[in-house]
Amino acid sequence: MHTEDLTTILQQHPFLAGFIDEHMKTLIGCASNVRFAEGSTIIREGEIANTFFLIRSGRVALEIDVPGRGAIRVQTAGPGEVLGWSWLISPYRWHFTAVAVVETRAIALDGECLRNKCESDAGFGYDLLLRLAEVMESRLEATRLQLLDMYGLSAPEVRA
Amino acid sequence: MNNVVAPVPHGVTDPMVSHPVLIRRIIWENDDTFTLTLDMGDWAGPFRFKPGQFNMVYVFGVGEAAISISSDPHKTNLLDHTIHRVGTVTTALAQKKRGDVIGLRGPYGSSWPIDAATGKDVCIVSGGIGLAPLRPVVYSLARQRDLYKRIIVLYGGRSPLDLLYRVELEKWANENGIETLVTVDRGDTSWKGHIGVVTGLFNYIKLDARETVVFVCGPEIMMRYTVDELGRRGVPPDQVFLSMERNMKCAVGFCGHCQFGPTFICKEGPVYPLPKIRPLMERKEL
Amino acid sequence: MDVLTLEGLASLLSTLRSRGFTLIGPTVRDGAIVLDEIASTDDLPRGWKDEQEPGAYGLEKRGDDALFGYVVSQHTWKRYLYPPRTCLFSATKAGKSFDVHPTNGTSPAPYAFIGVRSCDLHAMGLLDRVFSTGPYADPGYVDRRTNAFIVAVQCTEPAGTCFCSSMNTGPRAKEGFDVALTEMIDGGEHLFLAEGGTERGRTLLASLSPRPAEKDEVRRAEGLFEKAEPLFARRMPSGRIRVMAEEAFDHARWDDIARRCLSCANCTLVCPTCFCSTVEETTDLTGTHAERWRRWDSCFTTEFTKVAGGNIRMSTRTRYRQWITHKLVHWVDQFGDPGCVGCGRCITWCPARIDITEEARAFLEPTVTSTNTQGG
Repeated sequence: MHTEDLTTILQQHPFLAGFIDEHMKTLIGCASNVRFAEGSTIIREGEIANTFFLIRSGRVALEIDVPGRGAIRVQTAGPGEVLGWSWLISPYRWHFTAVAVVETRAIALDGECLRNKCESDAGFGYDLLLRLAEVMESRLEATRLQLLDMYGLSAPEVRA
Repeated sequence: MNNVVAPVPHGVTDPMVSHPVLIRRIIWENDDTFTLTLDMGDWAGPFRFKPGQFNMVYVFGVGEAAISISSDPHKTNLLDHTIHRVGTVTTALAQKKRGDVIGLRGPYGSSWPIDAATGKDVCIVSGGIGLAPLRPVVYSLARQRDLYKRIIVLYGGRSPLDLLYRVELEKWANENGIETLVTVDRGDTSWKGHIGVVTGLFNYIKLDARETVVFVCGPEIMMRYTVDELGRRGVPPDQVFLSMERNMKCAVGFCGHCQFGPTFICKEGPVYPLPKIRPLMERKEL
Repeated sequence: MDVLTLEGLASLLSTLRSRGFTLIGPTVRDGAIVLDEIASTDDLPRGWKDEQEPGAYGLEKRGDDALFGYVVSQHTWKRYLYPPRTCLFSATKAGKSFDVHPTNGTSPAPYAFIGVRSCDLHAMGLLDRVFSTGPYADPGYVDRRTNAFIVAVQCTEPAGTCFCSSMNTGPRAKEGFDVALTEMIDGGEHLFLAEGGTERGRTLLASLSPRPAEKDEVRRAEGLFEKAEPLFARRMPSGRIRVMAEEAFDHARWDDIARRCLSCANCTLVCPTCFCSTVEETTDLTGTHAERWRRWDSCFTTEFTKVAGGNIRMSTRTRYRQWITHKLVHWVDQFGDPGCVGCGRCITWCPARIDITEEARAFLEPTVTSTNTQGG
């Protein structure tokens, strides 16, 4: 894929809305276009985490394997959303498994490449991390609400 | 205060008297939710309801429960009530069989202002059993599809097996040009849909905030964070409507149980425009 | 204005009885003046006075023979218009179905209420707004209320907990009665100034052939009201009481009240305008006969706000808040006037001596209105 096409795709992704041209040039060096067939595993729990995915189309489900219950899906991410931040935090290992529920296309950003760019260009790093922090906040909020199990019968924390 | 009032004579129909109706059909939607279809018999002619209204459903020897009407307002010979088995009365209703008779009185309460949506986009945001009082809205919108621009149904449930009206959700998507997005709190590997909070679905629909009327119903906390999200996305508060719920004993403004600050949910509600209800929702243990 | 003697009053009562009214009036029992069925003036609390303070009620001898020398007791007229327990309908099994027999309609013999104070007249008017002027009406209430013959008595000696004056509900009864009496017992004569408030009230008075009141007598009656005004020991403060439901919704004062309030619900039982109820189902042993009963309820009960997830108002603190904000603020939103008529019963009958006027005053303090300090 040509750099110009990649740049266009990146500019249109909501995660990078308003990303300045200078930082986009820094970013593009880490980017490549990827595609996952339906049902394929994108991320495996325990493996080395070295990619940040910007999802363009399709849907990815985050799974946690629970002995006796099998793989439980706790979150999906879709077009315009992102996947994975363990590439940022040592020891850089995935804490969950991610599966393409339907055919999924994404931009893969190399983790080590991103970390190096963040080190050498603080402005770029700050911008990227700020956006990532927003995503994490939104996910955390959602997760907490899912934790409340509010569609269930009665308040589980006070059941006798 | 100097206006002692003599009572106004009324043609006194007793609003607390229940009318027997027959259970025509029972569908179990999930482990603890079921829909009763009631044959209204002679009452079908005079009985009229608007989407969002509820009945007091009576079980002989047990008691009453306030249940939203979840069927098509155009068809009053058969009335649907989707019921969450959660207390004494609803458990008794869960044990009824086809052909059994229960009591009904109603309809009560305010309704979803569908007229406000003419010429606009309509977005329905529902969670859990909250889709039940909104289903009549979808039927009404579908019946006059041309009056509205986009019709979007966002629905969140506990898990794939807990979702209500799965067949209809597909039907609406396929036959009525209604965009339906469904999410669950968690699923297993057989679920290929969305997983996450219902407001997460807004990321996929590109709401035209100023042009959309939104109807929200579900657990109160779900409605609260939905309202926050709608605010973040620029939907004007007077275009957002919620359906509130409180303990009800009489449904006619006599017993005082359903009071929510200054309002009786059985009289001015259960459907409220957001500006009226927002300040009340922010008061803890109101 | 007419004048009735003691005999005239006795005739008034016997005439009402002969016309089929059941007389309900004050009478002494168990150390209190309660409301009950009475037969004649002999049953009235002659010579008794009530002493009322926060958390205290007692009877004392007056030293004269006044028949109406007290104010109000723990009983209110709502127990007759809106009984503590009412059967709404009974149902009998009929095959798979059931037959319904409404039972909350026409009531027994009409009541004649003897000795109604101005505060209680206003309370009846307020209950009318709940039960007969909305989109729905309670047929039993409407029937009893329409037929009730009301003989009011003008209050000229407020009790310790009365504050009708500051609620504009008394002490003078101006309307809402069929007949109003002012008892005058000085100067050796025992008289009742009487005025008719309705057509049937005037007709009944006329049938007793009373003599017209003299100007002097009318003036003396007016004087009684003037003497009463300064006797009020408490007042509902004026000001923006709504603050307790809005800016001060989470104020520390609520915690202070919660430390005192026992959530005993006495105030709701003795209040003439509290109308909350619950509906319960009863069946016989065979299960073929069921009855739907309405009974008085109180917002102080733990399960009053029960929903699927639990109870919305989980503490005494929030339940007391509901009671007082409904009474003083939300009643105005719902029915146009405060639900409080200044009768003082809730103050007298509160075992914790909580005073509604004092609590209202606490919320009008400048420290409350200017800052909204978070409660504990």
